[in-house]
Amino acid sequence: MTRRRLQILMPWAVTLGLFALWEAFCRISGIEVFILPAPSDAWAAGVEFWPQLLEHSLQTLFTTTAGFVLAVGFGVLLGLAIGSSTLVYKGLYPVLVGFNSIPKVALVPVLVIWFGIGTVPAIITAFVISFFPIAVNVATGLATIEPELTDVLRSLGASRREILAKIGLPRAMPYLFASLKIAITLSFVGSVISETVASNSGIGYLMLAASSNYNVPLVFAGLLVVAFLGVVMYALMALVEGRMTGWAFRGTDLMS
Amino acid sequence: MSDPEVTHSEFIKVDGVDMTFSRGEEEVHALRGLDLSIPRGRFVAVVGPSGCGKSTLMRLLTGLAKPSAGTVTLEGAALRGPAKGVGMAFQNASLLPWRSTLSNVMLPFEIVAPHKRRLRANRAEYEARARALLKTVGLEAFADNQPWELSGGMQQRANVARAIVHEPRLMMLDEPFGALDAFTREELWSVMQALWMERGFTAVLITHDLREAVYLADEVLVMSARPGRIVHRQEIDLPRPRTLEMTYEPPFQAHVHSLRDHIQTVREAH
Repeated sequence: MTRRRLQILMPWAVTLGLFALWEAFCRISGIEVFILPAPSDAWAAGVEFWPQLLEHSLQTLFTTTAGFVLAVGFGVLLGLAIGSSTLVYKGLYPVLVGFNSIPKVALVPVLVIWFGIGTVPAIITAFVISFFPIAVNVATGLATIEPELTDVLRSLGASRREILAKIGLPRAMPYLFASLKIAITLSFVGSVISETVASNSGIGYLMLAASSNYNVPLVFAGLLVVAFLGVVMYALMALVEGRMTGWAFRGTDLMS
Repeated sequence: MSDPEVTHSEFIKVDGVDMTFSRGEEEVHALRGLDLSIPRGRFVAVVGPSGCGKSTLMRLLTGLAKPSAGTVTLEGAALRGPAKGVGMAFQNASLLPWRSTLSNVMLPFEIVAPHKRRLRANRAEYEARARALLKTVGLEAFADNQPWELSGGMQQRANVARAIVHEPRLMMLDEPFGALDAFTREELWSVMQALWMERGFTAVLITHDLREAVYLADEVLVMSARPGRIVHRQEIDLPRPRTLEMTYEPPFQAHVHSLRDHIQTVREAH
């Protein structure tokens, strides 16, 4: 088997292997289903409750994506502002770091007071938890432009806007896409947290409801769905990244 | 020398320029009392011990840095802010990795005044100009390659092409061949000389390679150690086009030795 084939097979093999270990552990130890259900139990629960599971995961997918899209828009603008102006950077950075240090689950009750329970707090939580890495990465991309390059453009007579458009933005692209992969997974964390605390729809709500009925296999089915959605969205981002910024990965492209 | 004709043809004039940086508490005098003038169309090289403020001088001449005292005049007008349309090439080729070689070379057309407006409607014409220049620097086969697919020497050729494609009145070269191997460097000297002879721009070359300075320049300026000023001016009267063979002959060697002596004196005086 070639190394390349092995690389493609690896993720599947490892994932299946982990499930097999988990299944074997549950069967051999005879652990109670309401403490740790085996993957087969979670699968069975998923099959049994699939209409609910589908409905609530679509809701979660919606709030996550909406929050993520907001985060990309806001994060890119914020990153551009921070990265291209030292004044904005100096002024905003401490505030941003402070804000990012707040556990977002603590914000949910406040959001509920403002917007009621349900979709809106979930979108906002997904948004606030995921814009920070985007902003920081875009700002880093701009701040690390080679000074010679800026000099070349300035001595040609380029304005700040032109320098941003010709060098800043393209150069920040790999940083942006790297951050999108982190941001989309964080976004799931945000929406599921919010749905767990204050909602009557979404995977988070479904898991909370299931656990209060001691339907632990369904809780695990919900967890696996979230993980699955996260992997799919991550892979989607990685695909877009490869398409948009292939030049930044030339080393690995040539090697493989 | 007081002939008004001569003063009129002065392209760059630097008068009593001081340049001071504050590094923490400490004040660093990079340049002090620097005077020089460069006539239009001349190829001038600046040499000196390392850390003498050569690169600071280059930033001053293009208006990228403001002098702490004194004036820099370009074509009779005092410089305020970056001079527009100047071509620049650094030791680091600094090509944009997301653009092909051709597209990198065409970058100035997207920024410099008359071309900027005409580019969209006349793309074919501009592309032909860029391709012709790539041919002159020996890169015609690599126009559509990405920069990282080029060797160091080829990247530097593209860098020089980018600095020159919009036919700038002034070309600033900050050790553009410094990082290359000896053979490639000498090859690029002849490319550079050919471009200059063909297009007649004014060029300022910063270098620490005395042979490079003598090969390319009409006039070599020697800078003192920090705080830098011009301590020696040497006319290079060798005929053009100069060849590599000439670099081994006595007149060329004499120039190199004389410059080396001056730099030695400057270093000892420090």
